[in-house]
Amino acid sequence: MSPQTRAVESWTLQPLTDFVRESSVRLVLVLTPAGQVLAQSGFARAVDVMSAAALAAAIVATTGELARQLTQPPFAALSHQGPKHGFFLATFVTDRGTLAVLAVYDLDVSSLGLVQLFYEQLATELKAASPKGAVQKQVLAADFERELTDSLNTLFGR
Amino acid sequence: MSKALDMITRVRGVRGAMLVSADDGLVVAEQLMEGIKGPAVAALAASLAGKLRRAMDAAGTGMSVFWHLQAEQGALLVVPSGNEGGILVVAVAEPDVNIGLVRLELLRAAEALA
Repeated sequence: MSPQTRAVESWTLQPLTDFVRESSVRLVLVLTPAGQVLAQSGFARAVDVMSAAALAAAIVATTGELARQLTQPPFAALSHQGPKHGFFLATFVTDRGTLAVLAVYDLDVSSLGLVQLFYEQLATELKAASPKGAVQKQVLAADFERELTDSLNTLFGR
Repeated sequence: MSKALDMITRVRGVRGAMLVSADDGLVVAEQLMEGIKGPAVAALAASLAGKLRRAMDAAGTGMSVFWHLQAEQGALLVVPSGNEGGILVVAVAEPDVNIGLVRLELLRAAEALA
């Protein structure tokens, strides 16, 4: 297991570890569309996790709304490629609710095709491993900061 | 593109041919028999091509022109077309395929694409 891969919800850890190893991605977040992080890999600072999760949740929300306005089903995946890095953001439905995966990869180490290929495997494994019959917990504004702090403490082994 | 793939798949023992973006590992065009996972072959072949390119650079041999991976139940044959970040012409074949003939068709397809 990579020492940089950590999970708030333990059932996400093995699929994420496999995904990181096989697709050679640099950074990964598994999160809910509300921005609650379930697992991360490669991040060194809590503030980066917070920013990336907030931005990924915002992208999921805006592209979802864009699809709704176009009377289309939500976009399955979004990919952006820069000169050196690429990022891949996709959502899928599990028994735990809808989850999003944000992956950032170096173009000289990995590729969109490789990330897409192993993302399919990650989504399948997370769907199979997600707790069955789990009641989706609503994150209330009053609890948000405490939950966020607890998650970050877990993710960074504090 | 489809004509180039036609010529490759006409060779007896070839189970499929693809044009793959070397940068992305995505399928550009394909003619594959059922059961061959095109996106997986494309992604992994492009990844391998990138690593081979670096190995060839390190060895000072220049760009690879053709590679052939022989397995128990088949073979993967690849010709990179153009420069770094170009297109890979890929064939998936039976183990007893005429390698020389497939190689010729792959090189012709790569030349047509360049």
